[in-house]
Amino acid sequence: MSGHIASTRIYYWVFAALIIGTVLTYLAALVDFGAFNNVVMLAIALVKASLVILFFMGVRWSSRLTWVVAASGFVWLLILFGITMSDYLSRGWMVGSLR
Amino acid sequence: MPSQSHSEHFPGPIHNPPVIKGEVHKGHGPHAHHPKLQHHFDDMDQQLEASTLGMWVFLVTEIMFFGGLFMAYLMYRWANPTAFQEASAHLDKFWGAVNTIVLIVSSLTMAMAVRSAQTSAKPKTQVMWLVATMFFGTVFLGVKVVEYTDKFTHNLVPGPNFVWTGQYPAGAEIFYSLYFCMTGLHALHMIIGLGMMTVITVMARRGTFDGSYYTPVEVSGLYWHFVDIVWIFLFPLLYLIGAHYGAGH
Repeated sequence: MSGHIASTRIYYWVFAALIIGTVLTYLAALVDFGAFNNVVMLAIALVKASLVILFFMGVRWSSRLTWVVAASGFVWLLILFGITMSDYLSRGWMVGSLR
Repeated sequence: MPSQSHSEHFPGPIHNPPVIKGEVHKGHGPHAHHPKLQHHFDDMDQQLEASTLGMWVFLVTEIMFFGGLFMAYLMYRWANPTAFQEASAHLDKFWGAVNTIVLIVSSLTMAMAVRSAQTSAKPKTQVMWLVATMFFGTVFLGVKVVEYTDKFTHNLVPGPNFVWTGQYPAGAEIFYSLYFCMTGLHALHMIIGLGMMTVITVMARRGTFDGSYYTPVEVSGLYWHFVDIVWIFLFPLLYLIGAHYGAGH
């Protein structure tokens, strides 16, 4: 079969990047950036998830069709978050109601 | 008018004859088949491609499955920001980080297991990587057992026995409901993954996989990595949001 065989070096680099990302997330959480803490931790998590998808899951070497299907999951997720929150945010009767 | 030959309709196997290893089935049409090639596929490449795509479609439904819980988290955290910080501060960041690293190591060994099958490594080598993956998966669940036990002994399980001595018991109970739903569903996926890996390991031990056929390893690898990705998001969202609770907020 002609599936792409990645070099072990790529796997070890991705692994190193994932470990560094985890340590960075942990250290960043100890520093008080206020609400910006959320942005930092989610940005690192997105980078880590992308590395796993592209290299460990091999989407980088997969067909265009696999790219589209994989991406569609996250597009639908954004629609779920976007439309639901646009409803709650535009009403203003929930925030801090239970604290 | 002469009848058209099979090859003009389905040119795949003619131009790209599959690499044949092991027993060859003859007497089925003009072409030799790989023993693991199912009849509805043209060749091994198409079979791998179709299986990979099918797994991705399943993983998209899984993204939406977990997505509903992430949506609930987003909404309730927005409604109870301070309570979530207070509740999260009680989780042990250290064990959360350890488990994140354990899962990343298991993802590496999984990728290496797929690679060892792709490169036709000895069954022993393939089994070693798969067993390593299962070992780290089990370590993850072991840590989870320790954490859950702690929650039960400290009355942090939502329900009639939930006790919260902090300022925001209502919001904290919602946080712990989400904590148990999200990490519980994730742990269930880990257990299912371990079951899948057991089957794959037995197959690998029998020498089923080599460079010409490794689709089951590849597809279960996709599942394993997906479960890792879910945890990559769960770790910061559940464990790390409370580090500065009480520090001037």
